[in-house]
Amino acid sequence: MSPTLSALPGGKTGTPRHHILSVLVENKAGVLSRVAGLFSRRGFNIYSLAVAPTDDNEHFSRITIVVDVESAPLEQVIMQLDKLVNVVSIGELAPSEAVERELLLVTVEVGPTERSQVIQLVGVFGGEVVSVGADRITVMLAGRPEKIDDFEGLLEQYTVVELQRTGRVALPKLDR
Amino acid sequence: MQLTGAQALIKSLEMQGVDVMFGLPGGAILPVYDPIIDSSIRHILVRHEQGAGHMAEGYAMVTGKPGVAMVTSGPGATNIVTPLANAYMDSTPLVVVSGQVATGSIGTDAFQECDITGVTMGITKHNWLIKDVDDIPRVVAAAFHVATTGQPGPVLIDFPKDIANATMEWYWPTSVDELDLPGYHPLTVGDPELVRQAAGLIAGAHRPVLYVGGGVLKARAAGALRALAERTGIPVVTTLMARGAFPDSHPQCLGMPGMHGHYTAVTAMQRSDLLISLGARFDDRVTGKVSAFAPDAKIIHVDIDPAELGKVRTADVGIAGDCKLVVEELLSAMDASQEPVAQDLEAWWKQIHIWQERFPLYYDHADGGAIKPQMVVEQLRDAAPSDAIVVSGVGQHQMWASQYWRFDHPYTWVNSGGAGTMGFAVPASIGAKVGRPDRMVWAIDGDGCFQMTAQELVTATAEQIPVKIAILNNAYLGMVRQWQEMFYEERYSEVYLSPDLPDYVKWAEAMGCVGIRAESPEDVGPAIEKANSIDDRPVVVDFRTDAFEKVYPMVAAGQSNDDIVVHPDQEAQAR
Repeated sequence: MSPTLSALPGGKTGTPRHHILSVLVENKAGVLSRVAGLFSRRGFNIYSLAVAPTDDNEHFSRITIVVDVESAPLEQVIMQLDKLVNVVSIGELAPSEAVERELLLVTVEVGPTERSQVIQLVGVFGGEVVSVGADRITVMLAGRPEKIDDFEGLLEQYTVVELQRTGRVALPKLDR
Repeated sequence: MQLTGAQALIKSLEMQGVDVMFGLPGGAILPVYDPIIDSSIRHILVRHEQGAGHMAEGYAMVTGKPGVAMVTSGPGATNIVTPLANAYMDSTPLVVVSGQVATGSIGTDAFQECDITGVTMGITKHNWLIKDVDDIPRVVAAAFHVATTGQPGPVLIDFPKDIANATMEWYWPTSVDELDLPGYHPLTVGDPELVRQAAGLIAGAHRPVLYVGGGVLKARAAGALRALAERTGIPVVTTLMARGAFPDSHPQCLGMPGMHGHYTAVTAMQRSDLLISLGARFDDRVTGKVSAFAPDAKIIHVDIDPAELGKVRTADVGIAGDCKLVVEELLSAMDASQEPVAQDLEAWWKQIHIWQERFPLYYDHADGGAIKPQMVVEQLRDAAPSDAIVVSGVGQHQMWASQYWRFDHPYTWVNSGGAGTMGFAVPASIGAKVGRPDRMVWAIDGDGCFQMTAQELVTATAEQIPVKIAILNNAYLGMVRQWQEMFYEERYSEVYLSPDLPDYVKWAEAMGCVGIRAESPEDVGPAIEKANSIDDRPVVVDFRTDAFEKVYPMVAAGQSNDDIVVHPDQEAQAR
């Protein structure tokens, strides 16, 4: 996965061709490989992928996959995934019905004048400076993927040394 | 009771009711071969691990029980990759146990190490690497459960050497809940509302066709299918994977659809207004050009794998479920209905009979005086009991076997459908004969295929498994030759094999078989008679067949089924 996700074909995150699958899997060796292998051999495109243990971390992990549905119908992706023995359940989250968050870490080259500009920008977005060097700073921002996109766009006027996004995690929106 | 891992593995296989397994020992699996000496399980020692896999497939396809194979690590395991891929494509239940280097050596490029669970991830229904000796009974039970339920398929258990030597306290899982399969819920019955909708579509159709695939055999639904067909009067086509699921001699049977299908089967599907697909998957070899396939047909699609519904062609009614249960539900829905269950299909049958009369299967019997391969199949068929099992490899001979044999019983046809694995026939026929020793088993093979796996006839002789092999020896990789003739301007590239090299009769004799040669049409009958009279050892008959014979009808790859090519002698017929 490229660190500059928004430069991938398909453009910005959250476009209609992207759907989020929240896949509950058994926490066993090789499960991620099974899921990733299924996507590659069926020709399904993964836009982003995040995996981590759930509250029941002894038994289950959750993989949040943003799928490019232009590569295959979403139903086909879900049905094929469901055949994997280690996949326990699959939730489909339409962007409008989900709470999505992503985290960005970025290191920017900053001269004396730029330093305060970047710190100010981070403040406006509600981010955080996590590391400071002589002529570089590393900042962190967590939020909705669109917000991360905007922040990343505004950073383009500076020299970005390194950038890493986590890919999205998501849960269904609660009923009011 | 304390057992070693090796003993626990063999005992687990016994608990699963395994009576025979096919395999070949080696370093990493050595500890497991020791308790085999004391086991009730018959072990058949193969000459190549690919043979073990295809034997297990042949065994599974005729018995309905899972085939079991055991191999060592590294090359032993990779040699059985082709059978796993083949079984995965054709949904054949297999349990393969592979040896693995000791857990402490995994990942170090140890001698004969191979990441076989990684290699086979995409071609098994599931696989396991056992890392704890206590897991053995549970994993074996889970492996058999996964292989045989829902859509059947191959599974692999990778078994490290140190696990085989460790000890455990024996137990045996008593319920599915103990198998630790929280994500595995195989389907059974179909949604009743969808079944009612399907019955409604059937009742309204004027040109319906029952499109029957291998899923009907896997579900053991041949009886239910026959009841449905006879209840509704609807014509039936049986795909390459479903030959025998509905009797060829039944007046409603139109034969095989697809690239080399019967003209009537292909054309009836094209003109149909309702395809009732049971356990079939709209394979490219059946549909031809998908956008031109059965353009006026509504689709009822019944399949145990929900992912098949809509994968190729959108279904008007898609029912995920076991074919036997869904067909039985459909019959119940028909019983409950006050309306007629089907239209009067007389006009449809009249049209079908015209096609059958104009375009029967055809070959030129007299052409050139050489043995016609189709004639060999016809004579083999006529000399064999109707419940004989026929096994084939892949290519022209496979199509002729499927076309010209008369399949009147389920589980009498064993072939490699989805994967198209050359070399399948010899070992698969051995496995079939082991599974059904009461039946006559004929492998109809090509000369190219035979050369790939013939060494397993040594296994057959040594284990006293009297299979019969008919080589349709046209001295070519015949199907490739046919395509080069038709689509590459007769530029024959790397397809000639020679009729005499090897000498098939001598080769057969060297392997302990009876070798027979038939060089002219008059030799065919006596050769078959002699072969059928031998029941104490394998027989190989080298039929020197016409190299120029092509398989007809034919729909060229990627073309519409409307453009089906018939034998040149039939071209003048009105379509």
